[in-house]
Amino acid sequence: MPHIGSREVAVVAFAQSDHVRRLEHQNEVELVMPVLHGVKSTLGITQEDIDFTCSGSTDYLAGAAFSFVQALDGVGAWPPITESHVEADGAWALYEAWVKIQTGQADTALVYSYGKSSPGSLRDVLSRQLDPYHQAPLWPDSIALAALQARACLDAGVTTVEEMAAVAVRSRRSAATNPHALLRVSEEADVLLKEPELAAPLRRHDCPPITDGAAAIVLAAGDRARELAERPAWIDAIDHRTDAHSMGVRDLTVSGSTRLAGEKAGVGRAPVDVAELHAPFTHQEVLLRRALGLGEGVDVNPSGGALAANPMMAAGLVRIGEAAARIMAGGAQRAVAHATSGPCLQQNLVCVLTGSTGGGA
Amino acid sequence: MGKERVAVVGVGQTKYSATRGDVSLPGLLREAARNALADAELTWADIDAVVVGKAPDFFEGVMMPELYLADALGAVGKPLLRVHTAGSVGGSTALVAASLVQAGIHRRVLTIAFEKQSESEAMWALTLPIPFQMPLVAGAGGYFAPHIRAYMRRSEAPDYIGILVALKDRQNALKNPLAHLHEPDITFDSVKDSLMLWDPLRYSETCPSSDGACAMVLTDEAGGDAASKPPAWMLGGAMRSEPTMFAGRDQVSPAGGRDCAADVYRQAGIDDPRRDVDVAEIYVPFSWYEPMWMENLGFAPEGTGWKMVEEGATQMDGDLPVNPSGGVLSSNPIGASGMIRFAEAALQVRGMAGEHQIDGARVAVGHAYGGGSQFFAMWAVGSSKP
Repeated sequence: MPHIGSREVAVVAFAQSDHVRRLEHQNEVELVMPVLHGVKSTLGITQEDIDFTCSGSTDYLAGAAFSFVQALDGVGAWPPITESHVEADGAWALYEAWVKIQTGQADTALVYSYGKSSPGSLRDVLSRQLDPYHQAPLWPDSIALAALQARACLDAGVTTVEEMAAVAVRSRRSAATNPHALLRVSEEADVLLKEPELAAPLRRHDCPPITDGAAAIVLAAGDRARELAERPAWIDAIDHRTDAHSMGVRDLTVSGSTRLAGEKAGVGRAPVDVAELHAPFTHQEVLLRRALGLGEGVDVNPSGGALAANPMMAAGLVRIGEAAARIMAGGAQRAVAHATSGPCLQQNLVCVLTGSTGGGA
Repeated sequence: MGKERVAVVGVGQTKYSATRGDVSLPGLLREAARNALADAELTWADIDAVVVGKAPDFFEGVMMPELYLADALGAVGKPLLRVHTAGSVGGSTALVAASLVQAGIHRRVLTIAFEKQSESEAMWALTLPIPFQMPLVAGAGGYFAPHIRAYMRRSEAPDYIGILVALKDRQNALKNPLAHLHEPDITFDSVKDSLMLWDPLRYSETCPSSDGACAMVLTDEAGGDAASKPPAWMLGGAMRSEPTMFAGRDQVSPAGGRDCAADVYRQAGIDDPRRDVDVAEIYVPFSWYEPMWMENLGFAPEGTGWKMVEEGATQMDGDLPVNPSGGVLSSNPIGASGMIRFAEAALQVRGMAGEHQIDGARVAVGHAYGGGSQFFAMWAVGSSKP
């Protein structure tokens, strides 16, 4: 199956910042540097050992054109490096790096991404992502759009407010063991459900925290991966797909592009131990579980997921890192990581990771 | 260079102009994409993945516009990837698309880059506020003029070299019906007498601000073999980046540019670029960058790039024609400008460049740079399979 890629490639190191509500005294370079040094020092390598570097970020969070250019100062790009950047979550930067290794032009790759959402009004900033002629002039914000989707899901019987609250409680309590997460405690569901609605039917607990943070991953091929890590997390398959943009032409109660990417990546070919799903809103976890066919036995978002920490442009890459970390630590044999981009889960990436090469089944 | 050969089987461009008020953003992109598909004799359904590039999103005021453009680009249900590497992005985007084919992941990829600069004021968008940049410059010309001054001092080039480059590129553009600027009355004196914007750069030595898009269809070897029109075969491609500033960095002839070119030549088996390359489409947004890049890319020994210009070597009938399309100096939708260079190189070796065709072109290079002369993307294409 050509889309799977024929070279063995693994995650060999993952680092993330402590995700915080407001990082006031550090700029983006200062945010990414400890994370970049973290992955390299874990492996005992320097930038010269990296064949390809790729990052993900967006100018709309930084409020300046070419914001990623300054962040390159955190890498140590001297002598000059082979490098690229996606205006997207770092999960897509990881995809580009994986492709680069598949071409045979690189054996190692450094991937990083970051986002400081705190300087602006995030829900308004994200409205600039919409169709500029018909939607953006109305400034529908990201929470309002997610609420429309949640309402459609409730009406279609896809989920209930009780199930959504349970997702919130489980996610934030799981994050208690994740020192990098931002929200790490939760009231009981019945208490949460007495709170007023923020944007009906969403309550505060259904929404992700506004978060500043960064993450980095090192990928390596074949024997290089075995040299660098005791137990690499092998990328068995990775695929990404997009749905239409306009909310009026797609069924918001399903995630067709996640289902398709999951099928291409072969999620259902073997049991899944752990899934890290990039679901910023509680109802979206339910949608994504369905789209990927994940049953009750799957440990979903043991890190707490995006509901516990949602650094824009990094939260998807963090999902891959968290899933890989479970495999590298030996606690899981086969994991699924998912990343999303765009309004109401428009674009989705699915990555299947295993503890051994050759399918991991 | 990769497991699978890459062929350019379709090239599509829009008409470039200051304001394409006749089309929406999707309309602009579809004009280029449909032209590329028609050239390739393929349909939307034949495309496996779409790779989009553009420069800063603030230019159009749409954050990550590829999400909105997914429908217009036939990407629904397909992988859609967005690249942004500053001014080199058009080139980088083509290289990322090529890597999908080289890796054997996809067989047919549509790659497209665009900018609709009439939606905003690009010069001020490129003038970063405090604390991102020192408050000393206005626009990219203000940033690069000191580098040009340094080049003139170092190379002892006569001060009219930039005028010669601008005159050549604008005259070449008269042979390219898609070019933004068509100035049939341009003369050496009219360039010389134009307003000095950022000394030593005059108005007529400066790129315009354009609306436009450029697309290519890239296929694997089987796709190239099956194409009814001649394909351009990718011979090599590379990207390099380096930090914006640190003590000792050579901003006139950056190491990243040299390394990038050397990597491409190594892959393509080009031993002597001046001899082996038939035509070059080089990213020259300001006139003086032609001689500067001639040196940086290994076409001329250090300090002598300006002599190539003075001798006419880079003219249409010279031994290394540079920018027969008219170049960035004649059409500049920033995010697309790099891909236009890559695509024009492909058109030349396909023998499909029309009135600005260089007869018998067999090997061509396309080049792009961005940021503070710190991001580089380049490829070499040939009429024969490598």
